[in-house]
Amino acid sequence: MSGPAIGPMAAPQEHAPLAALSFRDRRRRITSRVMLALTGVAAVLTVLPLLLIFFHLMRTGLGSLSLEFFTNTPAPVGEAGGGVGNGVLGTFILVLLAGAMGLPIAVGAGIYLAEAESGPLPNAIRFVTDVMNGIPSIVIGIFVWAWVVVAMGFSAFAGGVALAIMLLPMVTRTTEEMVRLVPRELKEGALALGFTRWRTTLGVVLPAARSGILTGILVALARIAGETAPLLFTAFGNPFWSASLGEPIAALPVQIFQYAISPYEEQHRQAWAASLLLIFLVLAVSVIARFLIRSPYRSR
Amino acid sequence: MQQTYSRAPQAGVLATPDAAPMPQTLAAPQAPPQLAIEADDFSFWYGGTRALNDITLQIPQKRVTAFIGPSGCGKSTFLRSINRMNDLIPGTRHDGDIRLNGESVYRQGLDVVQLRKRVGMVFQKSNPFPKSIYENVAYGLRVNGLARGRRQLDEMVEHSLRQAALWDEVSDRLDRSALGLSGGQQQRLCIARALAVQPEVLLMDEPASALDPIATQKIEELIYELKDQYTIVIVTHNMQQAARVSDFTAFFYLGALVEMGKTDTIFTNPREERTEAYITGRFG
Repeated sequence: MSGPAIGPMAAPQEHAPLAALSFRDRRRRITSRVMLALTGVAAVLTVLPLLLIFFHLMRTGLGSLSLEFFTNTPAPVGEAGGGVGNGVLGTFILVLLAGAMGLPIAVGAGIYLAEAESGPLPNAIRFVTDVMNGIPSIVIGIFVWAWVVVAMGFSAFAGGVALAIMLLPMVTRTTEEMVRLVPRELKEGALALGFTRWRTTLGVVLPAARSGILTGILVALARIAGETAPLLFTAFGNPFWSASLGEPIAALPVQIFQYAISPYEEQHRQAWAASLLLIFLVLAVSVIARFLIRSPYRSR
Repeated sequence: MQQTYSRAPQAGVLATPDAAPMPQTLAAPQAPPQLAIEADDFSFWYGGTRALNDITLQIPQKRVTAFIGPSGCGKSTFLRSINRMNDLIPGTRHDGDIRLNGESVYRQGLDVVQLRKRVGMVFQKSNPFPKSIYENVAYGLRVNGLARGRRQLDEMVEHSLRQAALWDEVSDRLDRSALGLSGGQQQRLCIARALAVQPEVLLMDEPASALDPIATQKIEELIYELKDQYTIVIVTHNMQQAARVSDFTAFFYLGALVEMGKTDTIFTNPREERTEAYITGRFG
């Protein structure tokens, strides 16, 4: 609307009211909303499998969960009852063993990579750990079979070695990332006081990165607790109680695998129940990790 | 030609070789300044980029020396070369020399840990450790083995906090996290932490640039208090601050030292036109 001129000058440019949208404005707004909604759908689809898995396991496995299931060893084939107590213990031992062997090395390597920053050796190590992260776990199992099992037989120790190898690249890289996140100023503050590099790392950098490193460790432990393939040719599985490192040892994922491929209905039911148990254990560890991540900077 | 200050105590009159000795009408009858830090043709490179060009200067003992100049002029690089903090940056190299009390800080076999104990540093961004207020000061004392027993440690922590004019504000909450302090308090805690390990020199890299005017004033008062006991070198973007706190001022520009002298001379009667242009705000 051009209207009558108010002043001597030409009418100012027309200002459309804010509410009026052109076709183009409308289209842009709709595109934006649709795309945002699509990313929301993608986000829901991402977590949907977990919900479905959980729902399904509750339906199929919950009925077979009992106290006996935690405390007993598997029943002889064809008999009802029995449990996976030895598998829970075995998984616990295997994860502990893998942690004891792998974590000091992985955390040390992560600190080295973060401190060395760049250079031919750190870059090569970084590349190799990335490659290691991508090695199929079954290949690690076969490797450990060839190097450890052939020499000393199936054993909890061999299983621990296989899981430790899986652990190394994961924890190395998360440790490196977490140490790098520590502000440079903090490190310089310690060095400027006449701290050695090691004292700076141990006393200032690592405490600041502690919760992140712990979270990475827990996530990695939860990952390896559920691994089956590297254990098939190493820890092998064991239907009886065993805590001996030199003997084959039961593991929850291996038991699930063996039950699932067996022809017996009872064992299928137990496979579902054991899956539910395993996922509970892994979830519990993840939730603990989640709480640890919350306060990266805490005073003593 | 830079002003030179003799290292010999008896001949330490401020004088340029080809000019008459400056009248010292304002100076109290005190011992003339000895030299704490001397740089000879010091140059520094980040990779292929030359950040410092043949810096030659002398910093007198127990005085405040300010480095001023526009961003990127090399003043911080030079400051960080004195306690060799630049060693941490890969791909750097230097030429020439810097001496602390006559001893080269770049000589072969020198332990940088020893050097940094003697040359404390306060950073632009306050960087207290994520520990308690007490621990922030005590940690350096413990690591450097300066305190014998708990009581002495307590005393030294209190002394350092008092030196940094922070004691009265934190004495009732020493066990609380240092990260709960205000920005100005954190910066004074960092000063206390640096003073605790008993340095001779205190390097301050724009210590007040992130602080509000009141916190800045406290830091400046603190510098004034401390200069009787420490050689202080302060990098600042704030020329009023340089004029207020320093006895000597060095003006850096494009990696070179343009001029250094007594602060009142630099600010009222600089020899170089570029110094005057910068100080009067015509560039930078």
